[in-house]
Amino acid sequence: MESVIERIDKNKFFSFSGGIHPPQQKFLSNDKPIRPLSLPQRLILPVQQHIGNVADILVKPGDKVLKGQPLTAIATPMTVPIHAPTSGVVKEIKKASIAHPSAMAELCIIIEPDGDDKWQPRKINTDYHQLSKADLVAKIAQAGIAGMGGAGFPTNIKVNSQAGVKYLIINAAECEPYITADDLLMREQAPTIADGIEILDHMLEPEYILIGIEDNKPEAIQALKTVTKHLDKVRVCVLPTKYPTGGEKQLISALIGKEVPSGSLPIDLGVIMQNVATVFAIAEAIIHDIPLIRRVVTVTGTALKKPQNVWALLGTQVQHLLDQCGYQHHDQQRIIMGGPMMGFTLPSLQVPVVKITNCILAPTNREISPASKEIECIRCGQCAEVCPSNLLPQELQWSAKAKDYDQLEALNLSDCIDCGACAYVCPSHIPLVQYYRVAKAEIKAKKVQEAKAEKAKLRFEARKKRLEKEKLAREEKQRLAAETRKNKTKSSGATGAVAAALARVKAKKAQQDASENNANAGSSAVNEEPATNSVKSAAAAAIARAKAKRLAAQKTTEKAADISRFQRPNDTNDTSATNATDATYTETVKRPSDNKPEGEKVDSKAAAIARIKAKKAAAEKTNVVSTSEPKAANAPVETQTQEDTHALKDTHAQKNTNTDAKADNKPDAKAAAIARIKAKKAAAAKTNVVSTTEPKAANAPVETQTQEDTHALKDTHAQKNTNTDAKADNKPDAKAAAIARIKAKKAAANKANLDKASSEIEPVSKEPTSEKAVTAKPESQKVDVEKANPTTASSEEKIVSANTVSETKATSSKSAAKTTQRKSTANKTSASKTAASKTTAKVKPATKKATSKTATKSAVTKKASAPSNEKTVTKKAAEKAPTKNTRTATKTVTKKTNAVTKTADQANTKAATKTTAKSAPKTATKAATKTAAKSSAKKTTVKSTVKPATDKNANAETDIQTAAQASEKVTKTKTPATKTSATKTSTTKSTVKKAVTRKRTTTSETKVKAATQKASATRKTSTKAKQADLFDESALASDKNNNAQVKEKTSKTLSAEEKKAKIAEAVKKARAQADAKKQQKADS
Amino acid sequence: MAFWIASSPHNHIQAQTPKLMRLVLLATLPGVLAQWYFFGWGNLIQIGLAVLFCVLAEITFLAIRDKNIKAQISDYSAVLTGVLIGISIPSFAPWWITAIGSLFAIGVVKQLYGGLGYNIFNPAMAGYVLLLVSFPVQMTSWAPVNDLIAQPVDFLNTLWLIFTGFTWDGFSVEQIRMNIDGITMATPLDTLKTDISRGLTVEESFVNPVFGQFFSHGWEWINLGFLLGGLYLIFKKAIDWRLPVSFLAGMLLFTFIGYVLSPDSSASTMFHWFSGGTMLGAFFIITDPVSGSTTQKGRIIFALLIAFLVVIIRSFGGYPDAIAFAVLLANMAVPLIDQYTRPRTYGHNQGGKS
Repeated sequence: MESVIERIDKNKFFSFSGGIHPPQQKFLSNDKPIRPLSLPQRLILPVQQHIGNVADILVKPGDKVLKGQPLTAIATPMTVPIHAPTSGVVKEIKKASIAHPSAMAELCIIIEPDGDDKWQPRKINTDYHQLSKADLVAKIAQAGIAGMGGAGFPTNIKVNSQAGVKYLIINAAECEPYITADDLLMREQAPTIADGIEILDHMLEPEYILIGIEDNKPEAIQALKTVTKHLDKVRVCVLPTKYPTGGEKQLISALIGKEVPSGSLPIDLGVIMQNVATVFAIAEAIIHDIPLIRRVVTVTGTALKKPQNVWALLGTQVQHLLDQCGYQHHDQQRIIMGGPMMGFTLPSLQVPVVKITNCILAPTNREISPASKEIECIRCGQCAEVCPSNLLPQELQWSAKAKDYDQLEALNLSDCIDCGACAYVCPSHIPLVQYYRVAKAEIKAKKVQEAKAEKAKLRFEARKKRLEKEKLAREEKQRLAAETRKNKTKSSGATGAVAAALARVKAKKAQQDASENNANAGSSAVNEEPATNSVKSAAAAAIARAKAKRLAAQKTTEKAADISRFQRPNDTNDTSATNATDATYTETVKRPSDNKPEGEKVDSKAAAIARIKAKKAAAEKTNVVSTSEPKAANAPVETQTQEDTHALKDTHAQKNTNTDAKADNKPDAKAAAIARIKAKKAAAAKTNVVSTTEPKAANAPVETQTQEDTHALKDTHAQKNTNTDAKADNKPDAKAAAIARIKAKKAAANKANLDKASSEIEPVSKEPTSEKAVTAKPESQKVDVEKANPTTASSEEKIVSANTVSETKATSSKSAAKTTQRKSTANKTSASKTAASKTTAKVKPATKKATSKTATKSAVTKKASAPSNEKTVTKKAAEKAPTKNTRTATKTVTKKTNAVTKTADQANTKAATKTTAKSAPKTATKAATKTAAKSSAKKTTVKSTVKPATDKNANAETDIQTAAQASEKVTKTKTPATKTSATKTSTTKSTVKKAVTRKRTTTSETKVKAATQKASATRKTSTKAKQADLFDESALASDKNNNAQVKEKTSKTLSAEEKKAKIAEAVKKARAQADAKKQQKADS
Repeated sequence: MAFWIASSPHNHIQAQTPKLMRLVLLATLPGVLAQWYFFGWGNLIQIGLAVLFCVLAEITFLAIRDKNIKAQISDYSAVLTGVLIGISIPSFAPWWITAIGSLFAIGVVKQLYGGLGYNIFNPAMAGYVLLLVSFPVQMTSWAPVNDLIAQPVDFLNTLWLIFTGFTWDGFSVEQIRMNIDGITMATPLDTLKTDISRGLTVEESFVNPVFGQFFSHGWEWINLGFLLGGLYLIFKKAIDWRLPVSFLAGMLLFTFIGYVLSPDSSASTMFHWFSGGTMLGAFFIITDPVSGSTTQKGRIIFALLIAFLVVIIRSFGGYPDAIAFAVLLANMAVPLIDQYTRPRTYGHNQGGKS
């Protein structure tokens, strides 16, 4: 048997069954060249002109657009963008009636041309061979090319390189009567079409390229033969004129003698078909960078004086086309868009030309008579004879009238191509195609309905299962909780207390006890350390407030996912910390002690540091302070597994540590305060032991963590590594954070970890952090993001400061100190400036923190800089910052936050007054304790309300816990500072107390906030899964950034100037982040 | 500006069902003229009567069914049915025969089934069969060809004969059918059947003057007339060529088989083709689209089935001609035939299943 190509070479073609020979009427318009039209008054561009998904609109009313500028975005391969056909102004974006028989209104972009016809910058590609196939596909997609033959299928999908294309068929048949658009295009633009064919050849690499063209276009055939003479693959196949040769399936049958199996695509036969106009558009898009903004439209019919082919800009109204061609209105006038066989009548002339519009037909009644009345089918069977799909139209018609959809499907109604041949020949004038369309639509609707019903059924069953599962899980949880309680009681008295605390009812009592303990501890601390500087204390108080606010914000913000990650590290850290607590403390203490000479400053600095830490810690969990990094790294894995026991031990250890360390008393007080806060937040059992708050919180997290353990562990490690490196890298990280707002949150968490681990680990693994950050981004809602950003910034700054501190210790250079001072001043200025806008405010807090850190560093370094200024500034900044943060965190919470701030201020004032009055620190402590107690009581109530929360609330609880942990960390952070200050002055103590009080008040409020935020947290948690998916990709991207950053960091190292630069960068980043956030908000 | 909204396709072939019907009516002319030439006015009168009663019946039933009478009458389907009935009925049959046949065809066979397009039986043939079964004597009393008749009957006499049973001169149909020798003349098919049943061979039977010079005196011209009209219809694509072609081919095949098996008792193919209502059936009866098969393969099967039945009934049945019976039997088989001859849809595997 001779091959397809041999047959074609002999000019022998197959045929398809059926087909008709309606009067061609092409002479009306095929003797005149394509005429360019004048610019219309306005262009109406339907957003969707293709099969597929709706695209997102990129412009807004009032925008000025240039010719060729994309108006919609490419979201998926199935979206096809549209472009401005000429330069002008976007007048409106509204629903307007489109080219549809029903005058259906669809979203349209309406452009008023400015007459300049000014192109957007174009990039002419003379040699497309230099572009990869993917680039070519992307270009085609960007050019908005959809099949121009009628269906409007996105061309980029068709040309996306698929292996095994045997035949590329160029459909130039143009079998519909009247239409000559492709004919004229081929005559006039044959070279460009040849370019397009070569491009497609390059992209698809078919074995043969067949151009299917009907024999009624001799000039076009000649033109094509001439321009494709040099292409060996190309065969111009001249087919006898018969409608519908131009149908995809029919043309394939006619050329290669094979049928496209029902339900599959031509590519299954190794065939890809492109309309010749599409080929032209591809060539223009690739070579001349002209998107699909115009097309040839045949405007014809005897109701026109000058029927002709025109170059119509997409969006041109039909009215404009007809006016240009001398339209005369008749009675019963029909205006048909498309050909007489498959076109549809237009209800008005205001509809626009779209990508698939190839013809506007205005016939008189003489040439195309209005449909006569349908009479009975006489089963003559002529329809069956002409059906190109070999269907039985009259049987379909009966079934359609009887609404027998099963029978319709058995008769393969879905294979009907709506060509209209059956209705054309029907002697009874039955509008068969109309019946089929209706039946098809109804079948489709029916199927959709069935699918919906099926889905609903599945959903119902799934819900039933889920409810059952949840019930079981709840029961199991309760059982486990009960067991743990039992175990605790057995293991130790303290544990028993904890266990009791776990019981929520008990929790309240426990809290009260805790507050009492705290009070005791506080009082002892007060006793030991007399208050010296009221100023310092005030500053410290302010700092504390700020911290508290920030913490609160941060805590609230933190998501369950973050929490889980953090928790592990925290736990580990805690454990290690507890073990090494003394050492760590000592270290911390030592640092301050060095600074003692500058006591006040140092204190303030320390306080600032503490704030920052607290903030960061909220995210990071205090671990940093203890510098237990290596331990933490190792420990995390183990700790996690052991969860409960460890936690208990930790609690003990911590308690011990607290009790032991005199210097630590203050910290304890703080811790207690924190614990309260935590307790409040940790609505559940965590709250129970005030002193043990941390461990408990840790436990709670652990549970949450267990699910995500592996992830968290990995993350922690990675983070730690990153952290270590990160000191130098902090700034880069900050940048990265700024870039990825979402990252920022995670980064904050990571940084905290980093801080902890910072001493040991090396810079290699910045990437993980960034990855986490990335992951976090998707998860975090806007509010979260906002909160997170400040946090991140602060955390970064902290890290920086920590690094600086360590460095400073080593170097202890005066110059460094100076630099720090300068920085601080600079920061202040920037801070004040930034304070104006909220976004800026966020940035500023970060800056302030940084400043404070710097200050701390300087203090550590024994620099003589004037701390008072810094302190005041820092205080202000801190106050502002937290407030702002809180606002940003949750709009709903704003009021509360304000209240908090007020309370904090009041507390400060009180504390100040007290200090000024030189009243005994003890009184202050007592007052603080009282407040704490009250607040704890309040907290308990809050908690109790929170407790009822269902499973969903559990997430929220986790959040709260995290917050609590964070607060704990803060306390820890503070503790070192406090210790230092304690050694130096009693003022610090008072400050601490005040801070504690403030914190308490804040905490209570924070709790409320937390409660409100729970809901949002829950939502966030749900988003986690999605985020996880995004994780990998974002991680890769972030890795690159991190590496770059690491390099930078290493180079930066110790020099003060570099530090300044970093800070400046951080500020910039923070601002950038803020901007990014704004954008995100806007986007969202 | 108001625009006319219509569904695609917008242009349309000029063919219309009424036109199709008129075309078919026109195509019957040669055969009818031949009939008139050989059998006189009788058939023209019968056609007129049949058309009249058919139209009356159609109007009545359309009125009863509350349909648009004018539109449906003007589709000429009732007229065509009447013409076919008139052609089929013996020229001297009494008027009430025609009336009954016409009323039955339109009233029962067509309208009671739902009107045009819904009748499962060919109305003309169903009416004819009713008459043949109910009034065998009147329905088989074909007068001999004009030149064999001793008493030529003019128009008035024919009219008188049809409405009263006697000519103006008092002759009855039986008397007119007698030839000069006093032998009752029958149709060639009838004669042959009788002769063969009497033990004569086909050769011997063909001596009878009713067979004339060729196959069957007079009838061959009538059949040629219908063949001519039929060819015209095929040329005008009013009918599907597959039906008559496969029908005649089927006749050829089955008569040839019979001829080979027993030449003495089987007439030649040519005799079968050109006697009786063969050509009328081939081009005007079995091509009725409504009651025939609609698929291309089905039409071939349908025509072959009719041919087979015709040959069988002519050879072994009790009636001289068999077109009507064969068509009705085949009509009953149409749904089955259509069911199993659905074309393979584009892109589907054989059998119409995907």
